[in-house]
Order: sequence, then structure tokens, then C-alpha cells
Amino acid sequence: MSAVAAVREHRQFLGRTSFIEMGARERARAILDAGSFRELLGPFDRLKSPWLPLQGIVAQSDDGVVLARGTLDGRPALVAAIESIYQGGSMGEVSGAKIAGALELALRDCEQGKPVLPVLLLETGGVRLQEANLGLAVIAEIHAAIVALRRHVPVIGVISGMVGCFGGMSLAAALCSRLIVTRQARLGMNGPEVIEQEAGIAELDASDRALVWSLIGGEQRYAVGLVDELLEDDAVAIAASVRTAFAQGLPRQERSAQVDLYLERLAAIDPQRPLDGPGLRALWHGAARS
Amino acid sequence: MERIELDYPARHAVPRRVHVGVVGSGDLEVLLEPSPDQRAHVLVNTSVDGFGVVWKSVLDRFFERFGGAASIEINDFGATPGTVMLRLEQAAEAVRA
Repeated sequence: MSAVAAVREHRQFLGRTSFIEMGARERARAILDAGSFRELLGPFDRLKSPWLPLQGIVAQSDDGVVLARGTLDGRPALVAAIESIYQGGSMGEVSGAKIAGALELALRDCEQGKPVLPVLLLETGGVRLQEANLGLAVIAEIHAAIVALRRHVPVIGVISGMVGCFGGMSLAAALCSRLIVTRQARLGMNGPEVIEQEAGIAELDASDRALVWSLIGGEQRYAVGLVDELLEDDAVAIAASVRTAFAQGLPRQERSAQVDLYLERLAAIDPQRPLDGPGLRALWHGAARS
Repeated sequence: MERIELDYPARHAVPRRVHVGVVGSGDLEVLLEPSPDQRAHVLVNTSVDGFGVVWKSVLDRFFERFGGAASIEINDFGATPGTVMLRLEQAAEAVRA
């Protein structure tokens, strides 16, 4: 890179507002039209986890989910943002029910001819283990709500990092009509630490960041066509991309409905032969982006 | 997990409620709202046991300057006294803004 190009890139970097460094509330605010943010069930409603204190864990006053109504280019919108710093963004009974309930109310509005544009800011390790089945149950409700809602409006998911999106919530991400990620994002069913713990370090060294991101990082997920947009960590660009995603309308076919395509792609993989990130890109090349 | 309650005299009312912080490792959230009476009430939920004296010292010092009739709830996940003071000052600043 020439010195001039390096200086230009540095200036662009300094000119960006990081989305990753924001908390959930700031992120929701950054997505919505300026001044339109209105929080539902905020911290002073004190809808906390009843289960964590019983296990000696301090609960947060909003259970780690920020729900906000507002507008996107003047159209009514709903943003559900998960706070990754609190309990790893895990989905408990309350936090999950907040998202599911909000999506169900958005669905009701859509059915009554008042479309609400839903945005999910997914930063989560998945179910909160301390709340076990209750967390899993609400994740299922979130899935059902996304599937019902996307018949009316596109459901847009954003994974910006640094936690990523795992477990049952990775299925929620996969059900979204369109997914927007950064290079720092990760998307997968089991997180690398879980894989290392269950299958051994020979299977996956979770401390090898380059390896982990080459398998499940935002760039790889974009390259193999599992997400739709790959952006820099730039709040303005992410907010603009969400608007573009809604402007594109409903996809011709939801990714999760493309069963034959994905069965065919899975059939191309030989489980007996180790597959790495570039290998998968090569294998799925054609439909996938390079 | 420990629960600590403290009361302080107040010199003036607080005009609004504010929320700052996050219950993450080494951090805390502060919910500050107008108190129902002319005193300040603090409730601390902390993940670390046995630091009641330190909490009282930090809050004593904060209320020497703050003086607002506020109900304050703190949900703490192992913040150091310095971080606690910064979050309290952040809440006080947000109330004045």
C-alpha cells in the first residue's frame, strides 16, 4: 500500500463511529432515525431475571435486552438489541420473552395493515444456561415469531461482534430475511470454546483466532453466501445498510426455505475429509461469493 | 451476592431519572431516580461479598458532593471503587444535563 493510500485509509478509519464499541441501547439508537428512539420495558420497569439472584448472580434491570420503537426513513420500526456484556448476551426467560413479545406485537400490527419493520441486533451466546428450558422455550417463540413476521415484512438481522451469534439464536439469525455482518462477527451453532471442550483441542483450538474466524467469521460467512452484507465496523454504514435491506422488500425466497439448495451443498461435503474455510468456499463456489 | 442499604440526607431534589452502565465483569449499572422523600436512599446488589465498609466509604464521599434526594439502585458485577465512583459521577452528570 502506498503512503498516500495508507493515510487515506487511516483517515477513513478515524472518521468512522464504531458500532461494536456501543452498548445495546446506543446501537438501537444508532439504527433508528435520529430522535425517534423510544424504549419499551426499559431499565426502570425492572423486568429482571427472577432466576439469576436465586443462583447468586446479580441481575440487570432490563435483563440484557433493549426494545425500541422508532422509525426508519419515517416508517415505523422495532429494534431488539441484545447487550453482549451482560451474561454474554445470553437469552433468559425474560430477555427472550421481551424479544418474542415485541415481534408478536409487530406481527399483530402487520396483520392489521400497519407494517412495522423489525431489526434484530444479535450479539449472543444463545440460551442462558442458568435458565435452561425456559430460555430454550422463548428462543423457540422467537423463531416462530420471525417466521410469521417475515411473511409480511423482511426481518433484518445484524451481527456486528465481538461476541457473535451462537446456539439457538444462530437459528434465529438464519431465519432472518437478510443478515448484515462485520468482519468481527461470528455466526455458528456451537461456539469454538464449546467445540474444544466437547471434541478436544485436536478438533479445534479455540484460542487460534485466525482459524476460528476463517471458519465462522463474518467474511467467511459472506463468502459462502450464508449472510447478505459484509460491512466495516461503522455505525453509519450499518444503519444505512438496514434501510437498504428493507427497501429491497421481501426476498424471492427466504434463505431458510431453500432446502434443496442446502441439502445439495451439505451432500457435497465428505465428513471423513477435513474441511477448512477456503475449502468450503471452493466446494460451494458458484452460488457463493468469492 | 450481598445486599447493602444506605441512607443519606439530601440538600436538593433531582429533576429526572437516569440509567448508566452495564452489569458486566468489573462494571455496574446505576439507576438513579427522584426519591419519594427528602432523603437519598441507596440499594446495592453486589456479586462480591464482604466489602460493605468500602461501599460505605465510596458512597459517603459521593454524597458529600452530590446531595440530591435520589433513590439509587446499583447492580454491581465486581467493579473496583474507582469504577463505582466514575459510574456514580456519570449518573450525577446525566441528571444535571
